[in-house]
Amino acid sequence: MKILVCISNVPDTTSKINFTDDDTRFDANGVQFVINPNDEFGLTRAMWFKEKQGATVHVATVGGPSVEPTMRKALAIGADEAIRINAEPTDGYFVARQLAEVVKNGGYDLVIGGRESIDYNGGMVPGIMATLLDMNFVNTCIGLEIENGQATAIREIDGGKEKLEASLPLVIGGQKGLVEESDLRIPNMRGIMMARQKKLNVVDPVDAPSLAKDRKFEKPAPKGPVKLVDAGNVGELVNLLHNEAKVI
Amino acid sequence: MSVLVYTESYNGKFKKSAFEVASYAHEVAQNMGASVTAISFNAENNHELGDYGASKVLNIQNVDLKTFNAKAYAKAIAEAAKAQGAKVIIISSSTDSKFLGGILAAKLNAGYVPNVVGAPESTDPLVVKRMAFSNKGFAHTEITAETAIIGVSNNAFGIHENKVSANVEDFSPSLGDADFSTKSLEVDKVVGKATIADADIVVSGGRGLKGPENWGMIEELAAVLGAATACSKPVSDMGWRPHSEHVGQTGKPVASNLYVAIGISGAIQHLAGVNASKTKVVINNDPEAPFFKAADYGIVGDAFEVVPKLIEKLKEFKAQNA
Repeated sequence: MKILVCISNVPDTTSKINFTDDDTRFDANGVQFVINPNDEFGLTRAMWFKEKQGATVHVATVGGPSVEPTMRKALAIGADEAIRINAEPTDGYFVARQLAEVVKNGGYDLVIGGRESIDYNGGMVPGIMATLLDMNFVNTCIGLEIENGQATAIREIDGGKEKLEASLPLVIGGQKGLVEESDLRIPNMRGIMMARQKKLNVVDPVDAPSLAKDRKFEKPAPKGPVKLVDAGNVGELVNLLHNEAKVI
Repeated sequence: MSVLVYTESYNGKFKKSAFEVASYAHEVAQNMGASVTAISFNAENNHELGDYGASKVLNIQNVDLKTFNAKAYAKAIAEAAKAQGAKVIIISSSTDSKFLGGILAAKLNAGYVPNVVGAPESTDPLVVKRMAFSNKGFAHTEITAETAIIGVSNNAFGIHENKVSANVEDFSPSLGDADFSTKSLEVDKVVGKATIADADIVVSGGRGLKGPENWGMIEELAAVLGAATACSKPVSDMGWRPHSEHVGQTGKPVASNLYVAIGISGAIQHLAGVNASKTKVVINNDPEAPFFKAADYGIVGDAFEVVPKLIEKLKEFKAQNA
């Protein structure tokens, strides 16, 4: 089985978010970038398939040279090869078109992306890619087994979960649950050394449009101080929620 | 010209979000000088959508579509959009709508913007405000494609009555076996309880609850408030509660009117997941808990003493306001 894990290079989950250039760009100054958490769950699941069932695992991303440390981390975790599509990601459609081209040329059986990236939160790349490639697709995937080219997937739904069946080739939008957080791997020294020897292919983007454009960003308005209610006067909280906040 | 809106239902009944997206579609249509056409799947009373401004409803009655199927639903919606000449399609930001959003965008070559928090700032060109950076920021996004799909964030726009008479037409999309290549085997869904995505109020517990055996208190408070229950990441990691209740950056986002956090200190990832909630209440015995900085109301105290009292007071309040 040949697996492609699509990786997004995102600010670390604890990053403070700021904007620059008159609020038209994300301010990456001083920000640590990591593998998008939803993609990392997928990468770890791909490693499981590699080790238990025998699979080749490639990772791909769209970005400039600055994303390479994140790709190297994926290689250190155990991916066999990396592909960087040399373009600035503009919108979800553009990114999906680029990745679809890699999938088409690479002949992958399983493509794992994250449910969404934690920066722009579009959550559309796996679905667009699957549709462009006419591949089956399961989003918010929290469980995946593959036997004889047939996948059984579990996806999260609002208020529960659903079990689905689909044949390969298949695209997954994964998240926590594909593996548990305790299963995520920290690259060890051997992995880091081996990653240096692995191929990090840089390919040119295909011509594709962007269908949406972020004009400007803003941060949420600063919040006023919390109104504290005495623990011995809980009725006051009920009163405030009813008369002031008007939420009950 | 019409604005097409996909209205979600479950067991024949429209979800609350269906009325919200219909209300949103009405606002967009008014700004564009267009009308609202809704599309529904196996709903019992399509005329309800007229209350929120849908003058036409494309009614699909198809047993194969009883269970949500993203590929087949997206095909049906795309076909309806083409038939109606709709250049703007409104969906919700539910798990199902996000599943079909990308598929639909590819089918229609449309610009898709999910997590939208308000009416468009402009309809020509179409510019919307959406949540980004896991609720730590907003983006003002222009859709540059000819066709646009807007995913409205739950509870962001609200439900607004705009009564018109809905003309209900049967609609039969041309679906074949290939559209059902992903098959649902089993659905395990909590019925009769508000879900985090739909709920106006969410009651959430953290590690301060000390163990899953103490969740009865959270459930009882949620029942009094008509709320959904949720939890922090450590609680879901320890298996006290299912992952579907985990709120935060890698869990569920919550955009409720009221979010009550009990025994949750408020890690930055958790706060990112609840930023979109309008009113936040924190109950924690640690006055230094970071959540107090993000909350509107707070009680510093032992949850095991405060919550039972709160339940009692809310019951009294409900009895008086019944």
